[in-house]
Amino acid sequence: MPEELTINGPDNMLLNMGPQHPSTHGVIRFVLETDGEVVAKATPVVGYLHRGVEKIATELTYSQFMPISDRLDYVASMCGNLAWCEAVERMAGIEVPRRAQFLRVIAAELNRISSHLVAVGSFCNDVGGVTPLVVALREREAINDILELLSGARLTYNYMRLGGVSRDMSDKCRQDTAAFLDHFPPALDEFNRLITYNKIFIKRLADIAVVTQEEAKAYGLNGPNLRGSGIRFDLRRNDPYSVYPELDFEIPVGEGFAGQVGDCYDRYMVRINEMYESVKIVRQCLEMMPDGELTSKVARVLKIKAGERYTRTESARGEMGIYIVSKGDKTPYRVRVRTSSYSALSIFEKLSPGLMIADLVAVIGSFDIVAPEIDR
Amino acid sequence: MTAEEIYRHGLERIPAGTLGELAAEAVQPWVTVTPASLLDVLTVFRDDPALAFECLDCLTVTDIMDEGQMEVVYHLYSYKHQHLFVVKSRTGRDEPQVPSVTGLWPAADWYEREQYDMFGVRFTGHPNLTRLFLPDEWVGHPMRLDWKEGETALGIPTSRPDPLVKKDAEAGGGADA
Repeated sequence: MPEELTINGPDNMLLNMGPQHPSTHGVIRFVLETDGEVVAKATPVVGYLHRGVEKIATELTYSQFMPISDRLDYVASMCGNLAWCEAVERMAGIEVPRRAQFLRVIAAELNRISSHLVAVGSFCNDVGGVTPLVVALREREAINDILELLSGARLTYNYMRLGGVSRDMSDKCRQDTAAFLDHFPPALDEFNRLITYNKIFIKRLADIAVVTQEEAKAYGLNGPNLRGSGIRFDLRRNDPYSVYPELDFEIPVGEGFAGQVGDCYDRYMVRINEMYESVKIVRQCLEMMPDGELTSKVARVLKIKAGERYTRTESARGEMGIYIVSKGDKTPYRVRVRTSSYSALSIFEKLSPGLMIADLVAVIGSFDIVAPEIDR
Repeated sequence: MTAEEIYRHGLERIPAGTLGELAAEAVQPWVTVTPASLLDVLTVFRDDPALAFECLDCLTVTDIMDEGQMEVVYHLYSYKHQHLFVVKSRTGRDEPQVPSVTGLWPAADWYEREQYDMFGVRFTGHPNLTRLFLPDEWVGHPMRLDWKEGETALGIPTSRPDPLVKKDAEAGGGADA
C-alpha cells in the first residue's frame, strides 16, 4: 500500500477509484493522479481480498485443498481444480483414468468459455455497451446449467478429485453439452455482429495501452494477455498436460486486428477466438471419451515424499503455477500459487501514464482481472 | 535444454565456485547460489543467448525454520528455448536479505513486495519495498512459521465467542449468547 501520496504536477488531482467501483472487477483500489482527464499515474492498491490461501494450504491435506482451489479464481474454478490436481498428481506420480482426463478437459474448457464470456461481456459493459453483457451472460447461463448437471454446483464446482473426478457425465448432461456446442458458435457470431465489429467499440480499444512482446515477457504476462501481444504460447500446447496433446486446436494470437499488435482490441479478440477453439476441443473430447473408471486408487490421506515441484497449467486467465514443497508429511510444507491477474495488474503502473480515465477502465477490462486471483 | 545442460552451460560462463551443486535427483533440479553472487548469476542466465531466461516466472520464499534459513526460489522461464530452471538462494532467518532482481525483470517488483510483506525478507535495491497486501501499519510477517496471531489485529479482535456454546445461565439471561 502506498505510504504517502504525493502529487507531482502543480494542477494535478488525486482521485480514488474503488475499492468499490463497478469496473475494477472486484475489490481493488486505484489511486489516480490526474491532470484533467489524463492519468499521470495510477497506483493499484491490492490486498482487500487477501485470504491467505498459501497459509491455508499448509494446514490442510492435499485433498482438502480442492475446494479452496475453486476460490482462487471463482470465475474459472474448474481450471483452479485442474491446476491443483495436476500439481499434486505429477508430484506424487498418480495415474488418472482416461475417462476422467477427458471429463476434466471438457469441464475446464466449458468453464474457459464461460469465463471468457464474463470477460468480454463485462468488458463491453465497462466501455459503455450494456446489451452485450446481457447476451454474454445468457450464453454463460447454459454452461452453468451444464456444469451444474455435471458437478452439482454453479460457480465453485469442487468437481475434480486427486486421481480423477467426483461424478460421471449423465446422458442428459452429454446431450445438453452437444446441443450447446451446436448452438454456441452461431450465437458467438451474433455477439460479434452486435459489438465486436462495432465502429465505436473498435475506436475505444484500438491502439490503447499497447504492450510490446518484450514488455509482456519481462512483466510475466501470460495467457490471453501474452498472446494478445502476438506471442504464440499456450501451456496446453507448449508444456502439455492431461489429454491436450491428442486434441486439435489453434492458438489465437493478437495480429493487430484494428490497430497495433498488443492493444486492448487484440486482447479482446484473442478471447473471442479462443472460445471458438474451446468449442472444438469439447467436441473432440465428447467423441474421443472412452468408458471406464472415474478415479484411480489414491490414499485418503496422501503423503508425498520429500521434494518440490512447480507445475504450470493454462487457466482461463493464463498460467496458473503451483509450487509445492513437501517434507513427506500429509500436509504440504509450502505452497505458492502464481496467478495471471497478479502479473497483469503489476504492469499497470507502467501502462497508465498518459491514458484517459475512461481508457483506464478499458485497460482493466482488457486484462480480464479478477481480484481474488490477485490477492489469493 | 534440460536442467543438466543448462547447469553445465552456466558453469562455463560463471566464475568457478559461484554456482553450487546441481540438485539433479530432484523432480525439478535446482542450483543454489549465495546472495552475494546472485545478481551476477541471474544476469548471465538472462542475457546469455543460449539460455535466454527472459521471464521470471515465479519468486517464492520458503521459511526453513529448522535450519534457521530463508530460501528464496526463482523460477526462470525462456520463451525462446522453452525451458525452465530453478535457482535458489539462502539467507539467515534473523535478518534475511537478498539483492533485488527488479533491475533484471520488472515482474520481480510485486513478487518481492509480496514476499517481503509475508516473510520479511529484505530485497536490497528494490525501488519501493513496501507491503503489498497487508496494511502498512501491520506488525510482523504472518507467513513466517513462528508468527503468532495476536488477540487483536489493527484494533479488531481476531476471535469471537462461539455462537453454539451457550453462556452459563447465571451469567445473566444470555440473550446475546
